[in-house]
Amino acid sequence: MIDLLTAPLAYPFMQRGLIAALLVGLICAVVGVYVVLRGMAFLGDALAHTILPGIAVGYLINGADRGALFWWALGAALVSSFSIGAVSRAARMREDTAIGIVFAAMFALGVALISTVRNSAVDLSHFLFGNILGVSESDLWRIAAFGTAVLAVIALFYKELMVITFDPVLAATLRLPVRFFDFLLLTMLAVAIVVAIQTVGVALTLAILVTPPATAAFFTHRMHTMMIAAAILAMLAGIVGLYASYYLSIASGAAIVLTSTLIFALGWAGSHLRRRSG
Amino acid sequence: MAVSSLTTPAAATTTVPALAIRHLTVRYRQTEALSDVSVDIQAGEQIAIVGPNGAGKSTLLKAIAGLQPITSGEIRFFGAEQAEPNTIAYVPQRLQVDWRFPVSVSDVVLMGRVGRIGLLRRPSRHDRLLAQRALERVGLAAFANRQIGQLSGGQQQRVFLARALAQEARLLLMDEPLVGLDIPSQDEIFRALAALRAEGVTILTALHDLQQAARYFDRVMLLNRRLIAYAPAREAFTAANLVATYGGHLHLLSSGDGLLTVADTCCNPTPDGAV
Repeated sequence: MIDLLTAPLAYPFMQRGLIAALLVGLICAVVGVYVVLRGMAFLGDALAHTILPGIAVGYLINGADRGALFWWALGAALVSSFSIGAVSRAARMREDTAIGIVFAAMFALGVALISTVRNSAVDLSHFLFGNILGVSESDLWRIAAFGTAVLAVIALFYKELMVITFDPVLAATLRLPVRFFDFLLLTMLAVAIVVAIQTVGVALTLAILVTPPATAAFFTHRMHTMMIAAAILAMLAGIVGLYASYYLSIASGAAIVLTSTLIFALGWAGSHLRRRSG
Repeated sequence: MAVSSLTTPAAATTTVPALAIRHLTVRYRQTEALSDVSVDIQAGEQIAIVGPNGAGKSTLLKAIAGLQPITSGEIRFFGAEQAEPNTIAYVPQRLQVDWRFPVSVSDVVLMGRVGRIGLLRRPSRHDRLLAQRALERVGLAAFANRQIGQLSGGQQQRVFLARALAQEARLLLMDEPLVGLDIPSQDEIFRALAALRAEGVTILTALHDLQQAARYFDRVMLLNRRLIAYAPAREAFTAANLVATYGGHLHLLSSGDGLLTVADTCCNPTPDGAV
């Protein structure tokens, strides 16, 4: 039994993968609490997709250097999150419509750019579906550094972020710098997404942002407990998913997301039973 | 005669009004939501704003709170062009609040302190004490640790009154705080409002029940895009004023002691209006 748990850890790539799964789970779960509470799921999914042209441009300029690609991806995420705001304000349209326009355009641009590269098939699939077992040590340090920064910002501005999330009108009457905090949240969301893309890829990033906080919401009634519970559940899903992918030979990103979904289903059933009996 | 009541009572003229509104006009794209509204509101008074749907009650409250850009005119707060930070509290309509949000009652009340605590600081013992005292004032001390969704409608509304108290607001603006509440819950709100009166807080409440406006408030403001009257209910609720406010939707009946009974057609039923 112990062997079953330790055997995969003989491989350095599994060790790095596990650490990546834990770090990414923690970062995305905490940021994901804001995504769930502010109803930003669609924006999150769109942002994950709009990163593609950034990665493509980075690939054309810097080649397959993952450190450089990280910055290109982050830049693309920031550009699209702010152009969504600008488009919806300037064109006076609903934000989700603006998201749809920017999201589709950026994704198409990414596909177009990538199609100009001949042998891109392999590398592109890494970004679409993640490659947690390909994470290098420098990737880990970068994830840890950005994760620490995101968590520090949330700790520092916890009460202000709670007010603008729960009651934007109160934030305005208290004259909090609402624009600044919206900007901060978008930036943290962009960081969380870029970090997540290395492990689960563009297509599945939304799940690791949204599913653990949604599960935590079943049995927590305060925002900080929701964050802690979501982080624990996300890390658990990361570990279990990675072992499942090792023993069942399935794609690691998909295994992590499916594990997370299974935990969500159990949480849902549990909260249902408790409400019935209580 | 409604116009004559606009002049302030002699006793109050020596103090600066809590709110001095001059020629306030708010225009949305084509329509004028508020037209040339001028009024002085004395500190510590409780005012009910009444008028039909679309009369501009919410717009007026939002303009005062700084949430709605004004087209022309000015609003002065205790004589100053801008209200001092943290002195205005705005209580939203109940339907605009996400009651499933993971916050406890005391979390929400402490939010009123966030502006005064300042960036990068945690709530002090003083802040927590003020929050706790505010909850006691509105009779919710026993509910401090509940999640807000677990409270009744009246209790939820009182949480926001406690938040205004904790904020040490001098001006409280409420948009239809009684919508969807049963009578006992409404009575609880009025008791909580009495607690705010003891603190000297000036209160403006949009309301659609004229009887409650007359019974619980110092003055009423009859509004229908422009200000029809601003006076104690006894003087403001004249047949002429009410017709000017509610127009053809109004039914007037004389009852025994000469009072008017009004059936207004205001206020669309809300989804949870049956609560």
